[in-house]
Amino acid sequence: MRLKTRSRGVALRISVEFGEPGFSLAAPKRLLERLQPLKLRLNAALPWMLPLVLAVALLVSGAAVRAQQSAGGTPPAGNSENGKKLFSSDGCYECHGLRGQGATQTGAARIGPPILSLDSFLSYVRHPANQMPPYSSKAVSDQDLTDIYAYLKSIPLPPKGKDIPLLNK
Amino acid sequence: MNKPKKIEVDRRNFLKSAAAGAAALAATSGTVAAQPTELRRTVPAPMSPEAEVGTPSGAEVLTADRTGSDFMADVIKSLGFEYVCANPGSSFRGLHESIINYGGNKSPEFITCCHEESSVAMAHGYAKVEGKPLAVLAHGTVGVQHAAMAIYNAYCDRVPVYLILGNIIDATKRMPGVEWAHSVQDAAAMIRDFTKWDDLPISLTHFAESAVRAYKIAMTPPTLPVVIVADGELQENPISADIKMHIPKLTLAAPPQGDTGAVAEVARLLVAAETPVILADRMARTPAGVASLIELAEALQSPVVDLGGRMNFPTRHPLNQSDRHRALVADADVVLGLEVADLFGALNNFRDQIERTTRSITKANAKLISINANDLYIKGNYQDFQRYPEVDVAIAADAEATLPSLAEAVKRLMTDDRKRAFQDRGSRLQAAHQQSLERARDSAAFAWDASPISTARLSAEVWAQIKDQDWSLVSATTFVSRWPQRLWSFDKHYQYLGNAGGYGIGYGAPAALGAALANRKHGRLTVNIQNDGDLMYAPGVLWTAAHHGIPLLNIMHNNRAYHQEVMQIQIMADRHSRGVTNCGTGTAITAPDIDFAKLAQSMGVYGDGPVSDPKDLGPAIKRALDVVKRGEPAMLDVVTQPR
Repeated sequence: MRLKTRSRGVALRISVEFGEPGFSLAAPKRLLERLQPLKLRLNAALPWMLPLVLAVALLVSGAAVRAQQSAGGTPPAGNSENGKKLFSSDGCYECHGLRGQGATQTGAARIGPPILSLDSFLSYVRHPANQMPPYSSKAVSDQDLTDIYAYLKSIPLPPKGKDIPLLNK
Repeated sequence: MNKPKKIEVDRRNFLKSAAAGAAALAATSGTVAAQPTELRRTVPAPMSPEAEVGTPSGAEVLTADRTGSDFMADVIKSLGFEYVCANPGSSFRGLHESIINYGGNKSPEFITCCHEESSVAMAHGYAKVEGKPLAVLAHGTVGVQHAAMAIYNAYCDRVPVYLILGNIIDATKRMPGVEWAHSVQDAAAMIRDFTKWDDLPISLTHFAESAVRAYKIAMTPPTLPVVIVADGELQENPISADIKMHIPKLTLAAPPQGDTGAVAEVARLLVAAETPVILADRMARTPAGVASLIELAEALQSPVVDLGGRMNFPTRHPLNQSDRHRALVADADVVLGLEVADLFGALNNFRDQIERTTRSITKANAKLISINANDLYIKGNYQDFQRYPEVDVAIAADAEATLPSLAEAVKRLMTDDRKRAFQDRGSRLQAAHQQSLERARDSAAFAWDASPISTARLSAEVWAQIKDQDWSLVSATTFVSRWPQRLWSFDKHYQYLGNAGGYGIGYGAPAALGAALANRKHGRLTVNIQNDGDLMYAPGVLWTAAHHGIPLLNIMHNNRAYHQEVMQIQIMADRHSRGVTNCGTGTAITAPDIDFAKLAQSMGVYGDGPVSDPKDLGPAIKRALDVVKRGEPAMLDVVTQPR
């Protein structure tokens, strides 16, 4: 699945291509391709720049989410309680997990909490790339999606894996 | 046509007439060549109701010291089968009795199964651990009909399974009623599309030769299921006690290795490559396969993507880059596929929308190489062979057998410059591997405390309990999002067995038990993360586990649905913009929820759960593990997130 957002005029596609929900090397590759005028030696540098670009992308997106939460940023309009119910009843959980944690088997990205803006979220759900089935407004209203977004926004970030002893065996 | 009456001899009168003509029989029995003719002539007359209820004459011989099935048991023993799995059936009653009494129920030992599909799937799981088949007995009609899906799974998964089907060929010898319904002209016909070889022996010597031939064929890569039909008359007709019959010597064929010139060309491409990647799928048949792949990868400092058909490459090896499959393929100048079941799928992206599309992810000038025994054997009807991959070098050979010569060829071409380049590459890959592991751990932290329990949490909790033991994970990890491979340290070929092959649900539980049967004598801890829908196909395997004392730790991945199908229906509902909340209809396994602990307990298996709070999971696993360490099966029901 690919999530599409826009930043400074550069399309950054964040996708699940390689078994890891969230990001793929295809995304930074396209980003780098857009930066060709900067004379980046794409082919030579790409393989070893990708992890760096990925890491930066992860840091930026994660930091943005944390900053918004810690600063008490304006929550999106929507009813998170209703959104939680809809996330289950409308089948979102089937691929993304009940907390939006994503799953490699389904190819569904981790979306709890989302890194997209509400507008991008709405746009993507209506016209998804890759495998995600499209949810039309006939099936799910904008208000319902806004509630779902509010629910996903309400999901707190977990601790880092290195801070969970059971994950370091 | 011959006149049947001239050769018909009642089975019960055979010894009588044989005694009268003992000298004649003995004179011919000394030579193997004479047996088929003599034994074909010992077929009895039809059994009439009058004969059954009437008073037999004092001269009638009603017992026999030795029958054809005793000799069949000798043949089966000579092939080294440890077990024979079967749901009992009258068409092979003679062989059944010979195995348990004449053969002493040892090598093979009779394993009582509750369904023929379970018998075959047990054989499937056993073979992937032990590297050799076990025998399965089944009716040639209703038994093989039950078994068919499991046979298909083994066929698709390239696993040897040895089937012996009971049947009664001679229509004049069948008991009225059931034996007619349980007889068939060509018992192997319905599974011939997905077995490698079959035969219908019409004499005991024929049986011996075909039985040995079948074993050899099954074990020659690509390893596949084979079928021998054991005629009921051939099983039950008496044979002289002192008769000596020959059992042919079994000599397995050396697995086919790649052509020397082609191997040299592959080595040249790999050594010259700047960004190679090795894809391994059903490659490691034995420990040697894992060792050979490590040797090749380390010589090249090439990334390896283990596609999971087997445990091909250690998960914690720095060259293991399995989580970067698509990225590495997209960047590769050389791709080497080793026994890849779906190479096209590994090199292309597929999009399942109204218009289904595929897109290559390889570079236009990338060199694509395949070493695959599947090129040596393919059939047309069932389409498990996948879409045709356009490769540059195709070697029709067993990859495991070819790897040593490929590694040597690579080493011969190495120069100091290339060695330095490889070392640089290796250092970068080591860093990427560590990053993958850290990303996996960070991802696992999401939904860590959720209820139902996340598949990441489930996998981490199991790993914490088993990591210091000699363990074997015998279930496919697809439906738990490959968390075990992402979090655990696998380094032995028996620690992961891949999936069903044909994606036939109902494989998991019996295959796990068969694998546990193989692991038992090695003292290994067998772990099965068991899907709920799969277990419900044939839960009788729990009874088989208890009855035969097979230690097996079953951890339910109980998401209370045929979840893959929930998602499929969701796709359709979304596509049609209707009823997106209805996708549990026909797919959910709820109302009532199944109590798997009680199900297990009802069959004599330790049962615990359902556990839905992640805090309770670790202690519950430990309790179940204590049971397994005593040599018993255990079942822990865990209510989980879908994937």
